[in-house]
Amino acid sequence: MKFLFKFLEPNKIFLITSKAPKYVMALFIIVISIGLLEALIFSPEDYKQSHSVRIMYVHVPSAWITLGIFTSMTILSLSGYIFKNKNFFLIAKSFAPSGLVFNIVALVTGSIWGKPTWGTWWAWDARITSMLILALFYFMYLVAWRIYENKDYVLKITTIITLIGIINVPIIKYSVEWWNTLHQPASINVLSKSSIHSSMLFPLLIMTAAFALFSLLIFLMKYNTELIKIKNKGLDRL
Amino acid sequence: MISEFIYMNGYGLYVWSAFAFTLISFTSLYFVTKIHYVKEKKKFESKFGALDFKKAEVARSQIINREILSRTNNI
Repeated sequence: MKFLFKFLEPNKIFLITSKAPKYVMALFIIVISIGLLEALIFSPEDYKQSHSVRIMYVHVPSAWITLGIFTSMTILSLSGYIFKNKNFFLIAKSFAPSGLVFNIVALVTGSIWGKPTWGTWWAWDARITSMLILALFYFMYLVAWRIYENKDYVLKITTIITLIGIINVPIIKYSVEWWNTLHQPASINVLSKSSIHSSMLFPLLIMTAAFALFSLLIFLMKYNTELIKIKNKGLDRL
Repeated sequence: MISEFIYMNGYGLYVWSAFAFTLISFTSLYFVTKIHYVKEKKKFESKFGALDFKKAEVARSQIINREILSRTNNI
């Protein structure tokens, strides 16, 4: 554990994070190009939904990643308190902007998909509403970092926001099973057989990889910015 | 062939607008993040430039400061 914390020291980590974005960017461009070709050209249309099913290739990865980022932010914030390491909070903070953008993309593309599928842009159903609530938690988290000057207070407030917000994550996941919703149940299951055909699963996984790379890219850029901001304050104190 | 690809059995407007929204969101997020990075880096460089010799030496002794100074806007 001590070795890990030593590795996580900003001085050491910056040597990697400052060089990594250009490589991540290059990889992202390659993967997203393959993903777009698969999603828009090579993958088949659905027998029921026809070509509108292609919206799935941007909607589902965005939803997965926003949930993953919020869960990571909660774990990081909690770890920051347990191990008394402020770098964990900084990493959590750097993940938040891409988490919010992925959440908005999931909501908007879901709404666009809803019109031809359900005949409506929006419904106050359990899955959609709980996703909207998650966006509000992201928003509150980012606003808290902006408005509170006291460092210890902002760490406490943002951790509380993530701890309350994480309750919503399993609600989002199981909302389609617990309630009658317009939203369809999950087609991909880790523990049981998925109901999606491999010709659609492959592009979906490629797009998920591309979106994950994009969130990593934004995280690295944001984390570097935060470290430079801290160093700026350090220069003022000299 | 191309018009079929764009029209997508009448679902083209929905599919293309979903992909376009995603692309615009990603591009905006990338540029906003990059602008913040460049702004902070410029601030650091100007503050560092204003330090006297002794303070600059102290600041340069930190690996991270040397790394920031060695990097141009290469994100």
